[in-house]
Amino acid sequence: MSVRLADREGLLSRLMLLPAIVYIVALVAVPFVVAIAYSFSDVTAGNPGYDWVGLDNYRDNLEDPVFRRSLWNTFFFTAATVGLTVVFANIVALLLTTDFRGKWPVRFLILLPWTTPAALGAIAWVFMLDSLLSPIDWILWQVGLLEDGRHMVWLGKSGLAKASVIGVQVWRLVPLAAVIIMAGQSAIPDDIHDAAAVDGAGFWRRLWEVTLPLTRPVIAVAVLFGSILTFTDMSVVRVLTNGAPVNQTQVLASWAYVKGIDGGNLAQGAAVAVFLLPLLLAATIAILRAVRRWEVT
Amino acid sequence: MGGLATAVADADAVDAPGPGRRSGMTVDEMRRRARRRHVVGRVVVYAVAVLAALLSAFPFIVEGIVTFKRDQDLYAPGNNPFVYNLDPTTEHLGFLFTETGFLTFVGNTLMVGTVVVAITLLLALPAAYSLARLPLRWSGALGITIFLVYLIPPSLLFVSFSRLVSNLGLQNSRWSLVVLYPTITVPVSVWLLLGFFKSVPRDIEEQAMVDGLSRLAAFWRVAVPLAFPGIVAVVVFAFTLSAHEFLYASAFISSSSEKTVSVGIPTELVLGDVFHWQELQAAALLVALPIAFVFNLLLERFVSGFTMGAVKG
Amino acid sequence: MAVVVEAVGLTKEFPGGHRPAVDHVDLATEEGEYLVLLGPSGCGKTTLLRMIAGLERPTEGEIRIGGDVVNGLPPRARRIAMVFQSYALYPHKTVRQNIEFPLKAERMPTEKRRERAEWAAELLGLTRLLDRRPRQLSGGERQRVALARALVREPSVFLLDEPLSNLDAKLRALARDDLKDFHERVGTTTIYVTHDQVEAMGMGDRIVVMLDGQVRQVGAPQAVYERPADTFVATFLGSPPMNLVARDDVIVGFRPEKALPAEALGGGLDGHLRWTLEVNRIEYLSGDRHLHGVAEGLGKPTPVIVRLPATVLLPIETGTTHDFVVREDDLCWFDAETEQARERPAG
Repeated sequence: MSVRLADREGLLSRLMLLPAIVYIVALVAVPFVVAIAYSFSDVTAGNPGYDWVGLDNYRDNLEDPVFRRSLWNTFFFTAATVGLTVVFANIVALLLTTDFRGKWPVRFLILLPWTTPAALGAIAWVFMLDSLLSPIDWILWQVGLLEDGRHMVWLGKSGLAKASVIGVQVWRLVPLAAVIIMAGQSAIPDDIHDAAAVDGAGFWRRLWEVTLPLTRPVIAVAVLFGSILTFTDMSVVRVLTNGAPVNQTQVLASWAYVKGIDGGNLAQGAAVAVFLLPLLLAATIAILRAVRRWEVT
Repeated sequence: MGGLATAVADADAVDAPGPGRRSGMTVDEMRRRARRRHVVGRVVVYAVAVLAALLSAFPFIVEGIVTFKRDQDLYAPGNNPFVYNLDPTTEHLGFLFTETGFLTFVGNTLMVGTVVVAITLLLALPAAYSLARLPLRWSGALGITIFLVYLIPPSLLFVSFSRLVSNLGLQNSRWSLVVLYPTITVPVSVWLLLGFFKSVPRDIEEQAMVDGLSRLAAFWRVAVPLAFPGIVAVVVFAFTLSAHEFLYASAFISSSSEKTVSVGIPTELVLGDVFHWQELQAAALLVALPIAFVFNLLLERFVSGFTMGAVKG
Repeated sequence: MAVVVEAVGLTKEFPGGHRPAVDHVDLATEEGEYLVLLGPSGCGKTTLLRMIAGLERPTEGEIRIGGDVVNGLPPRARRIAMVFQSYALYPHKTVRQNIEFPLKAERMPTEKRRERAEWAAELLGLTRLLDRRPRQLSGGERQRVALARALVREPSVFLLDEPLSNLDAKLRALARDDLKDFHERVGTTTIYVTHDQVEAMGMGDRIVVMLDGQVRQVGAPQAVYERPADTFVATFLGSPPMNLVARDDVIVGFRPEKALPAEALGGGLDGHLRWTLEVNRIEYLSGDRHLHGVAEGLGKPTPVIVRLPATVLLPIETGTTHDFVVREDDLCWFDAETEQARERPAG
């Protein structure tokens, strides 16, 4: 029997890897470099000629108050979303690792916000927060927190609109973070819980001194994914407020879209999106450090 | 518990070491307290469960109610939004299926999803296996690099893609999504499958090779069937992405016959400023429920896949 | 069908390893022989086996099977069968499908395949298990399925990698008999890797003792046990191990059961070496007495163990000193420097 290609491991490994690498280089690496190159040019959708303009796009952006607000909003929304998400996700994860009757339907309902496409979750909230029809307003009337017939106009006032964006992001990310944290909680051996119980530790002590410290690595993973998903998401802002009122809730991702697609100014859109990179770089470093730690242990 | 009483009880307890000793209570008192605590604990668990389920599902519950509301009911100021003040109707649901592009969007999503799944598996399966098993010097670093590709923001890439899509002549076509979505699914799937392949015992593949298969055949006939749970995870992930993705779908497609659900529903069921709320809500719910159902069935598998990639990557 | 497997100067270096895992090994089986590779974990015995199987590529050297150089040939082209420590049964296939798998890979027609699989199953008593899946089988049954799968394509060589180590002690003894019996019936050249000296002594026609990637000794069980080539082999084999006592520039060694109380010896002391043992501790193990103590009169005072068979009834107390003898023919001599076996020093 002769040696065939199918036996030659060295060559085979390269051939099996090649299609994925070629695809990723062609459709991610090259476009990535091209997009960054665009940010130093005057390329628009209508005029594809490449002219070097240096840092003009960046200067224009930094002088633009909407861009500056988008930049601030992006960081603020991300921090607020991730902070709240982690708190709620821990509670949900504790709940879902407890045994109780009717857990399946409860779990189904809790996971819904995550499994639903973000744009469709956002459209559901557009109704919930509608200036006239909002069922939340109706509840506030019933409990007397809002005068009958008056409206909060959730998406029409800057502060409320920002809170709404954060609220919807938290709502859709809690299930994902909870699932990640659950994976960590279920990896804690039962012995440890039993030992803590025998040692006389009550629920809170066990939570603080056993469960939370042991799940810290997965909580970090949940923070990481939560940050990436909020930081780069444009669909919630796009559907929920579309930047309203008057670009008060715009974030980098949605503003890049407004500039690049709605406005057709690809160069400026690219220059906006480039500002997404620093946080993603930080995330990359965090991942690499975590990987190195896994490899050591 | 009074300080004195405790002190006396403690003094008694010194002679009689037993369960009651520490807190100065009798065994009966402690048992009663434990039972009370247990009951309180269960009440808290159910309260949290109901609250969490309600908060998560609130918009979907409202969607379900609104779907069958008559216009006069929905738009009358002050009407209770949670009950039918007028008889419910299926008129709007019928309208959704017959007069709108909803079914087209669903069809487009299924078609894009199917092709994206196929491309993803075709690229990710061999790549993941190669990284997990075969002698490749930089396989560890390469695996992580491929995963990090996932972090490059679509908001930056779409700038180049808009040119690419028009060069390929795919403007306004769902095929543009078929080309672009694997940029998201392939890196994640390689990472996921890497973990699953590493969890297949090496012995079994080597046995297959001793038993007469080539390395390639051992991959295809032994490793792939054994990594089946990972493949299911990848299929679900790649498929749902086609329903979830919003940015590329809204940037590169404008004609309603080519749209997928996540863009078609929020854009096409709104005419100008007029929201067709009942249709909109029904459509969103009809998309959300089946996906959620599949995810719930496979949740454990996802959790294990996630940790496998993490721990063994 | 009996075929000879040869390794010539076979070497394997792993990247990052500080010494070769297998270091210039020369070895040849005899036809139809049951050859056991024995050594502590990490000695290179499994790597050697995997190179023979074609699962590792040698850094240097040649492998010949039936006279043909097989370097560079993939495993499937070597007509070998291998049983892994984990048995590596395909969990998604039934017992029948597992056994048929190698035949399917050869594209044997279905009818013939079925026939052969049933023949192999019958031979190993698996007929009633054919439709089960591996997870429904006990450890011993799994091992037999692995053997049946190895047997079914009539390989020229069997390679067994610690196939008994996943069984519990009782089953292991039983499986050992089965394996040996099986080999006697098929008569195929078999290379068997183990770290368990009891398995090696009990099953091997010859034993290859390995350490640090090198072959330390090759020989029949009795020869290796009684005439170890160096101090490593002397102490690795036997439980308790051979006693070694330093004397000037040599080391003298004797097996614990070769020492006898001087009183037990009927006649004179001709051809015997006499020494004294200060007994510190006595262990009573399945009838035998193991005396732990310090030997004097052989060389430097050294802790040794003496095993008295149950038939020696002489009363011996802890803390007492007794005279012992060892037949001079039972003594082994090693060079103090090289620790290699050597002739008995003159005088």
